Amino acid sequence: MLKKSLLLGGVFALAFGALTGCSEGTSGQQQAGGSLTIVGSTAMQPLVEEAGKAYSAKNPNVQINVQGGGSGQGLSSVMNDTADIGNSDLFAEEKSNENIDPSQLVDHKVFVVGFAPVVNPDVGVDNLTQQQLIDIFTGKIKNWKEIGGKDLPVVLVNRPESSGTRATFAKYALKGNTEFRAKGGIEEDSSGTVRKIVSETPGAIGYLAFSYIDSSVKALKLDGVEPTNQNVCTNKWKVWSYEHMYTNKNGKNSKTENAFIQYILSGEGQALVKKMEYIPVSQMKVERDADGSVKPE
Amino acid sequence: MTLVSAWVLIITLFSLLYFIASKGIAPFLHGEVTLADFFSGNWGPSLSAEQGGPQYGALDFILGSLMVALGSAVISGPLGIGAALFMTEIAPKAGRKILQPAVEILVGIPSVVYGFIGLTLIVPALRSIFGEVGFGLLAGIIVLSVMILPTIISISADAIHSVPQGIREGSYALGATRWQTISGLVIRVAQPGLLTAVVLGIARAFGEALAVQMVIGNTADLPFHLLKPMSTLTSVITLNMGNTVQGSTYNNVLWSMALILLLMTLILILAIRFIARRREV
Repeated sequence: MLKKSLLLGGVFALAFGALTGCSEGTSGQQQAGGSLTIVGSTAMQPLVEEAGKAYSAKNPNVQINVQGGGSGQGLSSVMNDTADIGNSDLFAEEKSNENIDPSQLVDHKVFVVGFAPVVNPDVGVDNLTQQQLIDIFTGKIKNWKEIGGKDLPVVLVNRPESSGTRATFAKYALKGNTEFRAKGGIEEDSSGTVRKIVSETPGAIGYLAFSYIDSSVKALKLDGVEPTNQNVCTNKWKVWSYEHMYTNKNGKNSKTENAFIQYILSGEGQALVKKMEYIPVSQMKVERDADGSVKPE
Repeated sequence: MTLVSAWVLIITLFSLLYFIASKGIAPFLHGEVTLADFFSGNWGPSLSAEQGGPQYGALDFILGSLMVALGSAVISGPLGIGAALFMTEIAPKAGRKILQPAVEILVGIPSVVYGFIGLTLIVPALRSIFGEVGFGLLAGIIVLSVMILPTIISISADAIHSVPQGIREGSYALGATRWQTISGLVIRVAQPGLLTAVVLGIARAFGEALAVQMVIGNTADLPFHLLKPMSTLTSVITLNMGNTVQGSTYNNVLWSMALILLLMTLILILAIRFIARRREV
């Protein structure tokens, strides 16, 4: 009974949360420079919160309210105008099969994140070919000894089916082989938990953003290329994604929105990006679109 | 004033029921997913059309939730009723002074703490004992058994307390031993209350999300194996709700799963009503 009432209360609070989110969005539009509601990707949340604090310190008349909720939440909130800015790990085009209309949104790429496959340090492998990586995640390679490692069964640690990190990893590290739910693997919600499990479980392999990689896990080279920020900038390391801030084309509250996005793209904002071990967009020597084609080659 | 609060409660309950039901039924009404698909074991929301997707079968998660909830009730039921008997019949003094506060503290511990303990202690322990990954049904059952134990103990203790003293005295007068009195009379008389305790425990286990999600492994699979990762309805909902777009089929199917959870809770509450009514007869 207690549990149930808690559940009811929670859902109710959520419903109210959505409502208040709504009203903040509209009140911000009436008094330009008033408030900004930013919703979406939990991966981007720490950086956007930091930037929001710094921005509010300089512009005390602007109130910035950053919420998590996930990339899907971010895109749908900015679509239906309950948020001013929607944070997403993915291009809106990549979510277009989920009722998102990219033509209504404006994309602002604010920084870049590299991802790398990470393994438990005991597996005895530090380089994989891309084909080997695909075989591991599609379940063809079941033991590390098949590729020159120790006699340990492979344990996959995935992010949830709908996660942006997982989508990026499948697209660029596994060449679009999405069917990699090998039975017996583990799925975890947060990057911190993935790191913890990979570091503790013998034979475990997962994937993490560069900023999450520490000495408790081992980042693998792919075809001899090291997972570093420099290699991401030149696209030698292909597993990376833009972090997007989407705004609605209807132009409501656009002054405040653009001012804040410009701040993140400014020297000060991008210094914050660097401090948090992400890659400033300006350092990228290549450009990639939603289909994954890269310019210049 | 009381009338107002009663109405607020009723309106809240019905608007919730309406909200979840309308969201949960939507994918079936619009023909995006058929009932047969939903109650199948094929889960693959991100599969492309060539791969036969997207597939929205939730059977694995429904059975997974049932297995975890029933499994923890099988462990916690006898343990909880035993502890309740001990603290009411055998050592009432120690029961009031030590066990009662202990149970109350256990109730107050948030589920994320149970989950974290499971993740840092139980999962590694299972891994080193059995050599599997450690995440799975067994870890989920262990964590949930501890979580629902206080619920079962306190409700069972109430039920045993309410057994009339005259029944015990009559039994002793006939020359029955304490154990004969407990097993032959007290448990029989308190039976509906004890069943209510276990059913409420199952309901709590069924609806628990956070602690289970941390130790169950969350693979979209139903291995029928104690030590292999699997999923429950709650873990799939919490993992994917934020990443999916509101109004999309994927998101709506998650609401359908929430509806299933709600219906299961309603069924369990009805079961308790039914048990309680039997007691009056």
